[in-house]
Amino acid sequence: MTINWFKFASPAAFYPIAGRLIPWFGGIAAVLVLIALYWGFFETADRLGGSNPQKEYYRIIFVHVPAAWMSMWLYLVLAGWSAVGLVFNTRLSFMMAKAVAPTGAIFTFLALWTGALWGRPSWGTYWDWDPRLTSELLLFFLYIGYIALHSAIDDMRRADRAAALLAIVGLVMVPVIYLSINCPDPNQCAALHQRSDPGSIHPSILIPMLTMTLGLWSYSFAAVFARLRNIILSRESDNAWVRDVVAKEAV
Amino acid sequence: MIDFLQQGGYAGYVWSAFGMTFGLLLIEILQLRSSHRTTLTRIARLVRLRTPRRKPAAGAGQDSGAASAKP
Repeated sequence: MTINWFKFASPAAFYPIAGRLIPWFGGIAAVLVLIALYWGFFETADRLGGSNPQKEYYRIIFVHVPAAWMSMWLYLVLAGWSAVGLVFNTRLSFMMAKAVAPTGAIFTFLALWTGALWGRPSWGTYWDWDPRLTSELLLFFLYIGYIALHSAIDDMRRADRAAALLAIVGLVMVPVIYLSINCPDPNQCAALHQRSDPGSIHPSILIPMLTMTLGLWSYSFAAVFARLRNIILSRESDNAWVRDVVAKEAV
Repeated sequence: MIDFLQQGGYAGYVWSAFGMTFGLLLIEILQLRSSHRTTLTRIARLVRLRTPRRKPAAGAGQDSGAASAKP
């Protein structure tokens, strides 16, 4: 049996599918985020009577790390759909890329914001030109640049292509952020982010962190699909099926 | 409870981080909802503008016919 995947590549076919998926992703996101919050605040080792040398501000890890991961992952998704759009010239791919960008920019901002609030009590500063902070800031500017470039070009198809190229060129930032630890020993240089491996994190911290990541991932699906539906409607507004949708949904 | 709210003296940092995160996500949800509604009403208006245009066109034809009949 073969499935014709290109069937779902048509905006008209994907619009109702996205609409049916949004409540599921939204519901899963809400459940996972609530579990992660409860676990992160009440079920960590220090709450359960164990000893924990960390001060309370370490709890920012439960939003900081998931937000930073999502900022990089959504950029990969943005660049991926841009590349698919350029290669196959499929309309839905460009719409998908455009729908991802604002959510990615929000997570990038949140990674920087929560990082600043963590850095102040732990490093003594809100901001430093640490390699990882700097490259994450550049990722934020890339998201903003993608959105700005897309909205600056009136011709939709040219805007799609130009912004897609920018997204693909900007892809270099993701491995730079991921690898941006130039200093294994913080006593010898000024790098603030240090190498860490998940195995060294206590399970009571690792599990809520991963749960929050899955929750925000699910949230991203819901938010991106909701934005995608709006983009599909406005771009396909000349088509008969959109008129039917509008007649049905607009009261 | 007060212990929990104080977060070991780091309440400002912890609650600003969590507050900004879920505040922004909430704003995004509300923005997406309202933009869905405005998109629907905008397209509905476009459709309405486009459909009656044919009737006035027919009416204009009658008008011009009447006008040409007058003199």
